[in-house]
Amino acid sequence: MRHAALKVQFDSLEQQHEASRLGLWLFLATEYLFFGGLFLAYTVYHLLYPQAFAEAGKHTNLLCGSINAALLLTSGLTMSLGVAAIRRGASDISALWIGLTILLALAFLGVKGAEYADDIHKHLVPGSAFALSQVPSAQIFFYLYWLMTALHALHVIAGVGFMLIVLWLAKRGKFSPQYHSPVEFAGIYWGFVDVIWIFLYPLLYLLDRHT
Amino acid sequence: MNALQEKLAVEIPAEDYLHCEHGLKSWLLTKDHKRIGLLYLFSILFFFALAAFAAAMMRAELLTPKGDLLIPTDYNKMFTMHGVLMVWFFLIPSIPGVLGNFILPLMLGARDLAFPRLNLLSWYLFIIGGFMALHAIVIGGVDTGWTFYTPYSTTYSNTHVVEMAAGVFVAGFSSILTGLNFIITIHKMRAPGLTWFRLPLFVWSMYSTSLILVLATPVLAMTLTLMAVERIWHVGIFNPALGGDPVLFQHLFWFYSHPAVYIMILPGMGVASEIVTCFSRKKIFGYEFVAFSSIAIALLGFLVWGHHMFVSSMSAYAGAVFSLMSFLVAVPSAIKVFNWTMTLYKGSISLDTPMIYLLGFIALFAIGGLTGIFLACLAEDVHLHDTYFVIAHFHYIMVGGMVTTFMAGLHYWWPKITGRMYPEKLGQLAALILFGGFNLTFFPQYILGFLGMPRRYHAYPPEFQIYNVLSTAGASILAIGYLMPAFYLVWSLRNGKRAGPNPWGATGLEWKTSSPPPKHNFHETPVVTEDAYNYPPLID
Amino acid sequence: MKTKHLVLVWLGLVAGFIATLLLGQWRLGFFYTPVAVFIAAAQAFLVVAFFMEAKYSSRLTWFFAAAGIYWLGILFVLSLGDYFSRAWLK
Repeated sequence: MRHAALKVQFDSLEQQHEASRLGLWLFLATEYLFFGGLFLAYTVYHLLYPQAFAEAGKHTNLLCGSINAALLLTSGLTMSLGVAAIRRGASDISALWIGLTILLALAFLGVKGAEYADDIHKHLVPGSAFALSQVPSAQIFFYLYWLMTALHALHVIAGVGFMLIVLWLAKRGKFSPQYHSPVEFAGIYWGFVDVIWIFLYPLLYLLDRHT
Repeated sequence: MNALQEKLAVEIPAEDYLHCEHGLKSWLLTKDHKRIGLLYLFSILFFFALAAFAAAMMRAELLTPKGDLLIPTDYNKMFTMHGVLMVWFFLIPSIPGVLGNFILPLMLGARDLAFPRLNLLSWYLFIIGGFMALHAIVIGGVDTGWTFYTPYSTTYSNTHVVEMAAGVFVAGFSSILTGLNFIITIHKMRAPGLTWFRLPLFVWSMYSTSLILVLATPVLAMTLTLMAVERIWHVGIFNPALGGDPVLFQHLFWFYSHPAVYIMILPGMGVASEIVTCFSRKKIFGYEFVAFSSIAIALLGFLVWGHHMFVSSMSAYAGAVFSLMSFLVAVPSAIKVFNWTMTLYKGSISLDTPMIYLLGFIALFAIGGLTGIFLACLAEDVHLHDTYFVIAHFHYIMVGGMVTTFMAGLHYWWPKITGRMYPEKLGQLAALILFGGFNLTFFPQYILGFLGMPRRYHAYPPEFQIYNVLSTAGASILAIGYLMPAFYLVWSLRNGKRAGPNPWGATGLEWKTSSPPPKHNFHETPVVTEDAYNYPPLID
Repeated sequence: MKTKHLVLVWLGLVAGFIATLLLGQWRLGFFYTPVAVFIAAAQAFLVVAFFMEAKYSSRLTWFFAAAGIYWLGILFVLSLGDYFSRAWLK
């Protein structure tokens, strides 16, 4: 008797799960390389213009960035707890943890949105009205700041989308200790979103803060 | 049944994948890798025709030294259209999308790829990207060249760069998903007994190609995004006025685009290994060498991108490193050429159509590959960069190499895909015409390049005319070589002789099921007990 | 994974976060960025190995997890090689 979730091309749930997990990790490798171009650009220009980056880096919102770091790190914990719960068969507890992760993610987006509004108010947007135009090449720092954080935020939104779908499926009783792949995969994806922020945070918020 | 009996048996399958379902929805919403392979076939041929039209316009212009057919911007739009469509909408999806999709699960003894719905999504992304690129062409085109170099693309060009880049961006995700699907399928869905070193070499080359598809394409996506953002909002990291560096664009662009050219030859090499063994009736010489060379080409191919940038103001020390790496990457390709040649040696050669294409391939790929070494020499490249020598080099590989093997593979697996044989004499004739037309088109371009004719110019000094005329003449013959199969292959769908499961008497799991195969490929999962290419020993 | 272990991993991440913050208060100058990236890499390892469960998956999964980083490395090393060596010719 084939399990309801077993697709026709696979011979066993185990093969399906392992193939799908490998596929997700391979997809994450492509995501690392996608962000990689931006990190390379950051590295090149940081090396070419260390003073401009140090000066520009003082103007990012350290409080917002740090709150967001704390929110994301904690959401990584809550998501893992959600996966651990479904493994035990505790579907309702799992749904609670996933729900909490979603709330933390939405809080992240809220803080980010407020931060963007503040940045715009302070004219920290590259272009003709740029506040730091007296510092040559400071625009490059902020260009990268906006692009990298916006791209990351898009991935946070996608992660929230996955988690909402998983939450809905969990509520409908689709998962069991034998089959809960989507929960695990949402957790892996969310971990990736966390890792990108772990690297973004020191590079964008902690430059030259000792003065 | 022995091989001969298999060859003669005519089996009309009860419910093959073509006839099990009918109607447009069953094609547009299919999850069957075989139908998706055919969807790719029709789509890439459409883009090939458009790109070939652009080439025809260029070759017509180049008949005379003066620029008298097209205004300069329009000529630039032609070579951009030709490059973008040929690279991203024909060559990159060609063998992987058509033959890879169709044949890979069959070769592995699987019922489908690991992720059939993702496979369909790949095709839709390809189509959407294609429409976006078409849209860019129809509203006026792009004149930057397929390489989109900054600051021309970001600041000075007045053409529809962003629309074109967006189309390529979307199509890029199509290739990433295809590569991902292939890698997971090869790891996880091999039939019982089918160990890595019993795999057909086509599978090894599909794996290597997929590595590049998955790891290089995301960097292209980011590069195009950066270029588009800079063009739209007039701020960015490539603009020298703001402290940016245009050469950084080139590093990011070529990090993808050099490995991309290996995407545009590795699948062809895989097809070559299948054909050389079947039509020499011999197992491949040096199986492990060919298998590892495929992986080596994929890996080393990531280390050479700077050889496109020798004259860009990149540091000469970096140039020297890239030059050395470029010499190294030629070694695994050369190993393969030796292995194919040694497979032919003392084989029982039959000159069927696929074999004629294959023999042409070995010669043309060898020439193209060797001329790559010329270009890898830093000092020589200073003279040859941006001349017709480069154009001749890459066309020998992409057309003489990849397109030739695409034709070979199409003919070889045609009976499996359609259940019909094509007319053999016409096939052989078309293969010879293609070989002759190709050489006449592109060999004079080596000479032109060496003499100094720059690429991407619509006018040239009169002393170059004779070579340009020869090249255009060759192009018209080449066109016949392409048109003939277009006609007789379509003809064969209704009128070709019906094919049995294994008309060539070849080894490989794909030949163990009916032609065309049933929807889920095999009635029972096959079990593999022997090595690849286990042809019976030839009587000396 | 046991709840206790997951919380320990989280505490490790928080420790790294605080360490990076405090580090920024010292006059490390140029060295700040490499040290901060090193700490970030350690945090990333914790997330990948434990939250994303790479440590408990097959060796192939570990390999796939690591592969992207190797390729990123190629992009960085060879491109930066150009930028660093440009000065040598002057």
